[in-house]
Amino acid sequence: MSAPVTRPAPVPAQETGARTIDKVSWKSPIALGAVLVLYVLLMALAPHEGSARFALSTSRDFFQIPVFVVPAMTTAWLGAGVGLLVTGAAVLAARARRRVPLWWISVYAVFLLTGFLAWAAAGSPRDLSVVGLLSGAVVLAVPIVYGSLSGVIGERAGVINIAIEAQLLAGAFSAAVVASLTDSPWAGLLAAMVAGMLVALVLGIFAITYRVVQIIVGVVLNVLVIGLTSFFYSQVLVPNTEMLNATTRFPRLPIPFLDRIPVVGPVLFNQTILAYLMFVIVGVVWFALYRTRWGLRVRAVGEHPKAADTVGINVLATRYRAVLIGGTLAGMGGAFYTVVSINQFGREMTAGAGFIALAAMIFGKWDPVRAALAGLLFGFATNLQNVLSVVGSPVPSQFMLMLPYVVTLFAVAGLVGRSQPPAANGQAYVKE
Amino acid sequence: MKLELRGITKRFGALVANDHIDLVVEPGEIHCLLGENGAGKSTLMNVLYGLYDADEGQILLDDEVQSFDGPGDAMAAGIGMVHQHFMLVPVFSVAENVMLGHESTRGAGVLDLAGARRTVRETADRFGFHVDPDALVEDLPVGVQQRVEIIKALSRDAQVLVFDEPTAVLTPQETDELMAIMRQLRDDGAAIVFITHKLREVRAVADRITVVRHGKVVGEAAPTATDAELASLMVGRAVELTVHKEAPQHRDNALEVAGLTVANADGQVVVDDISFTVRGGEVLVVAGVQGNGQTELTEALLGLQEDVAGSVRLDDRELVGRSVRQILSAGVGFVPEDRNTDGLVGEFSIAENLILDRTDGPPFVRAGSLQLARRDEFAQEKVDEFDVRTQGIGLPVGGLSGGNQQKVVLAREMSRDLRLLVAAQPTRGVDVGSIEFIHQRIIETRDQGLPVIVVSTELDEAVALGDRIMVMYRGKVVGIVPATTPRDVLGLMMAGVAPESEGEAA
Repeated sequence: MSAPVTRPAPVPAQETGARTIDKVSWKSPIALGAVLVLYVLLMALAPHEGSARFALSTSRDFFQIPVFVVPAMTTAWLGAGVGLLVTGAAVLAARARRRVPLWWISVYAVFLLTGFLAWAAAGSPRDLSVVGLLSGAVVLAVPIVYGSLSGVIGERAGVINIAIEAQLLAGAFSAAVVASLTDSPWAGLLAAMVAGMLVALVLGIFAITYRVVQIIVGVVLNVLVIGLTSFFYSQVLVPNTEMLNATTRFPRLPIPFLDRIPVVGPVLFNQTILAYLMFVIVGVVWFALYRTRWGLRVRAVGEHPKAADTVGINVLATRYRAVLIGGTLAGMGGAFYTVVSINQFGREMTAGAGFIALAAMIFGKWDPVRAALAGLLFGFATNLQNVLSVVGSPVPSQFMLMLPYVVTLFAVAGLVGRSQPPAANGQAYVKE
Repeated sequence: MKLELRGITKRFGALVANDHIDLVVEPGEIHCLLGENGAGKSTLMNVLYGLYDADEGQILLDDEVQSFDGPGDAMAAGIGMVHQHFMLVPVFSVAENVMLGHESTRGAGVLDLAGARRTVRETADRFGFHVDPDALVEDLPVGVQQRVEIIKALSRDAQVLVFDEPTAVLTPQETDELMAIMRQLRDDGAAIVFITHKLREVRAVADRITVVRHGKVVGEAAPTATDAELASLMVGRAVELTVHKEAPQHRDNALEVAGLTVANADGQVVVDDISFTVRGGEVLVVAGVQGNGQTELTEALLGLQEDVAGSVRLDDRELVGRSVRQILSAGVGFVPEDRNTDGLVGEFSIAENLILDRTDGPPFVRAGSLQLARRDEFAQEKVDEFDVRTQGIGLPVGGLSGGNQQKVVLAREMSRDLRLLVAAQPTRGVDVGSIEFIHQRIIETRDQGLPVIVVSTELDEAVALGDRIMVMYRGKVVGIVPATTPRDVLGLMMAGVAPESEGEAA
């Protein structure tokens, strides 16, 4: 290069001059206050005297942590007190036009939850197993996390994936049949991955190639897969249960030594292979999305497909690949139902987990790690209801069944900041 | 590298966008492709870049026939393009944008971000400007974003560089800097195609000029040609480049804006404490580079913005806090800056669009039903009055040319009893013939004694139409000056530098 003739002056930086007004957002204080009011009403109208027993250890641990016995109503009202403090602080923060930090909400949730558990378990002769609550949460989170990864990868590439439910259900069905036929849960898992991928392929063909409105394709796929699996279940699986619908399940795979650490051990290190794989895959997907060529291109076609096209990236192929990988992962999640959770397929057994996975993806701001954490939260909410029915909670179980969906509603309503989807999400790409 | 296009023809249905176009660009020259909006310049470049397939014709690089399946092939062959609408991913960093599509990896597909940062720095250093490789593109000013586009092309060793309307978003100073960069690239041996419709820029930088009209090459010109010669070549007839107007006759009615402040949804103050007065019978042009608060200012005047503080008084009636309906009834005519999204319903007919603002009662609606005969009568009258070139008032407005669409918007807005006219970018994407007509109507409105606000990012238009010019920068008023203010002063004002003595205080 020869010497430059003119040296252009630098363009002034954007920062100077631009002023911002922080807007008052009352969303957090209102949500916190509303929940607190419900909680206080419950405590005041239906007090539960007695003490609650929280068990933190299992018999296999290196050492035993004694059972915590707490007076129920004192704990419950302590929870209310902390809840009131946080709500008050949130009101002040909103007045000062500041965002309510996530850890405030976490403190609020932990105290209210503890209070609620103490109230629910008061007077019960059985210990409330905290370990059981948490490890069960991880177990139940497995299909949700796999499903949400499917959503994250697809939508990062710009294809809305409402069909996670269908992918889970197809995975569960195929895993049941193949695992029963071959007596191998591994074969079942493989079949589930293929089934999830096939559902994704149909989604891809309609959404990417034929540019049908992606939400409609997803909804139709959900209905289609429910119909197909229900039909084959009643016509083929029920008459041949022995041969086609009785799987060998993945065993729990305790990791020697680690599984005996109190609390952490049974929660994280005494799971099935599907749960361990889940943790690995979340990390791998995160790395792949943000640190590899594949991820850069996936994100580019989801944000600005035309820009990707003008630098020679094949937008449609990139989208297809992402959607298929996502479908494969959701299929793995589906296998959970028939080769991990129980040993047979049942009609519509995914029961909306795919939609919760979708919520986890939004709650997790289209990031694999955050989505996985959100999935764990939803798993926890689901398991809470199981644990409470074991200790004999005074709350009707039908009522508690709503819990995961209520949590989902709060999460998606944007309690923790704005969630911004990829710019080209849901837009079919048309090359002129 | 020498670029040659031979007989390129591109049709879209019945429309021939490019009709046997021949073009030769030698290495070390800036070749300007001059033509009106819709003349087929961008189509031609999209053919060159592999985005469109040509129906006929050949592309040759160094006398070898090329065939491009997509932009990837064109880039591999050494063609780089700086797009009019930047092809950058806003949420990516500069380095990620530059590497996208030809990423260097450290094995196994893992990105080599350090290498990409180095490429950005080295390329930027060669041209003496600084770009932070880790900055997110959406946080950068448009001028810098454009440099990222240039770096992107250069990092792929482009020998032929196409600049598609690159100055539309720049201040005059940034334009000068861009031209310096283009000259430097030329001196380094690149073949440069510069697409524009701005005569001033053509004469400043071009080595050769090819003029395109209606998809055909209509002639070549030397950079020494006058504006009038180039303009008549471009339009196909003699063109009046100046707007004829008498000195303004001020009236007593006025629009008074005081302390107007507008914040967007994110809480950013986009219009920052603006005060000005426009008297009846004068045109105030709001000038400035796009995105400095002009859009929000005009929308606030019409009641379209949510978070508005301050006061807007039209003939002593407060408009802030009123609904759009009430403001329209108060006599505000509004030409939005993007007629396709805000001004017209593309699928609706011309007649339907013309009565879109008055469907709440007589004469066009009675007892809840449309009065079709009355509507069509009105529409026909307006189409004739505003010289809208169409086959019929029942045709969808989306099928009209940009100029005719704008005339429909103007006809609708001007057919109410107006007390104020706000026209944002009234001539953007409009052919020269329609520009003349629209300018004339705006001046007529002024001469009827109305206050008129025109938003324009084109300095030529601002100077031609305005009685006074208000320059905005980052939501603030830099100054309000007479239209006779020298261009270089206006240019500096557009970059935020307040004028020293001229004009009144803002």
